[in-house]
Amino acid sequence: MTLELILFFLLAAVAVAGAVNLILQRHPIHSALSLIVVMGALAALYLLLGAEFIAAVQIIVYAGAIMVLFVLVIMLLNAGEEERTNLSRMARYVGLPVGFFLLFELAYVMARAAGTQAAAPGVAPASTRQLATMLFREFVLPFELTSILILIAILGAVVLARRES
Amino acid sequence: MSLIAQHPLFFVSLVKVIALLLLLMTALAYLTWLERKVVAHMQSRWGPYRAGPHGLLQPLADGLKFLFKEDVTPGGVDRFVYYLAPFLSLSLALTSIALIPFGPDDILIFGQRTTLGIADLNIGLLFLFAITSLGVYGVALAGWSSNSKYPLLGGLRSSAQMISYELSLTMSVVGVLLMAGTFNLREIIAAQQGHVWGLLPRWNIIAGPLPQLLGFFCFFTAAIAETNRLPFDLPEAESELVAGFHTEYASFKFAMFFLSEYASMITVSCLATVLFFGGWLSPFPEAQFWAWTRFLPTAALGVGCALLIFDGLRYTTLLGRIVLPVLGLVLGGLAYVIAQPGVIDFIQGPFWFLAKVFFFLFVYIWVRGTLPRFRYDQLMAVGWKLLLPASLANVVLTSLAVVVSRR
Repeated sequence: MTLELILFFLLAAVAVAGAVNLILQRHPIHSALSLIVVMGALAALYLLLGAEFIAAVQIIVYAGAIMVLFVLVIMLLNAGEEERTNLSRMARYVGLPVGFFLLFELAYVMARAAGTQAAAPGVAPASTRQLATMLFREFVLPFELTSILILIAILGAVVLARRES
Repeated sequence: MSLIAQHPLFFVSLVKVIALLLLLMTALAYLTWLERKVVAHMQSRWGPYRAGPHGLLQPLADGLKFLFKEDVTPGGVDRFVYYLAPFLSLSLALTSIALIPFGPDDILIFGQRTTLGIADLNIGLLFLFAITSLGVYGVALAGWSSNSKYPLLGGLRSSAQMISYELSLTMSVVGVLLMAGTFNLREIIAAQQGHVWGLLPRWNIIAGPLPQLLGFFCFFTAAIAETNRLPFDLPEAESELVAGFHTEYASFKFAMFFLSEYASMITVSCLATVLFFGGWLSPFPEAQFWAWTRFLPTAALGVGCALLIFDGLRYTTLLGRIVLPVLGLVLGGLAYVIAQPGVIDFIQGPFWFLAKVFFFLFVYIWVRGTLPRFRYDQLMAVGWKLLLPASLANVVLTSLAVVVSRR
């Protein structure tokens, strides 16, 4: 077993444990903290794949910005502990089957893809420069469309916030 | 020894980490001493004077006090988060120092050539910002988990403040990145090598396609706010919030917040040096005429040596009359060692780097001793209506200048 494989399983275990803990914790802050652990583990996995830029952006955007807002909102609303419902009817008859279906689908796809090599080993991962060139040359239209989408969301937030006065 | 030979990277890094940690902890301790002294003199006071000559043992006394105080855990706190917060704060603040390159030349550890500085990443700057962006958790979680209203208010304020200023902080360095074309801190410094007209250094603050004066202004202002220092220390405004987010922390857990604040100050000063002031590069050209500047490190230490001996012999207490001249002699010895051929070339980089970092730390303290605290609405107005547009304008102007200069 190579060091990379050991690290991969370690980080994967951390990510899965964090995700499970996110659901099991009863306090919103603890759930949010577990989600941050998941983000951190994912970033470390990207780093293991050699995608340094994606790893750093994962931390900056998800752990550093989005989750900070989550935590801030939970603190502002002073959300207390959640009550544990013993599987509502909705969860029992719709949620569980759909969940298992998705799990088996994912397992099936992964089992089928197990034989094929996704990327030939030894291929250097894209550097930040290559990523930028690709983003601003080939994918410039989707990129700009996303910017407009975000701009619209910002405008919407401002309009909603100012409606009172 | 064979174990070291098998895993050179691991052991070399370990040695570097331990050495840097020891140096950093000493620097942090004496930074608190420096701050108290400088602010005291600005306010016509003496500052610490009792513990040791010139209060030099004050950091030690403070450290012992922190260690031996009763460690109170208030009732009703969220235990896990309450203990996590100071740990998170300090470890993140210390981690970011690992990215800073202190000098251009390699050093030898266990016969391995290695860089002066722990890690040399291609995404150095991004990684630094990733760590800084997590720093807000320590403060916010400490405020929330304390189960007390002042810490909660302090934690909320600080989260809002850090989110607001992080934007300007990140945008303000885009200009530097555009001119250097890399995230690697060593390459950013290397891009600032050389002199204009053989006189002015080509540092980003004064040269390049567009001098980054605006960028530096935004960077330093946002950085002061990010580190929660005066005039932006609203999260811990004594007159309104007792002590803000760390009100309910005692003993060493408080010390961890305290240390992390000073560690962030050092990181920010290092970053300002690297990004805008040429890092380890000397301000003087390489020409024969300027060869004497290579002895400036020796001269600086020599002056320190003379001052310490001169002042120490007239000091009021017997301990001071012994300790201060001995310290002076140590400095004198160092001054002699670094003037030796072989050492003198190596010492230039670290000397200029540390000198610039020291200057920024002094500016930090200077600002604290000079400016009054902002009001909360003023803080938000400065962040969103002044710094953010200014840093965006800097990005646009610098991009234009870079494109025009490449024509």
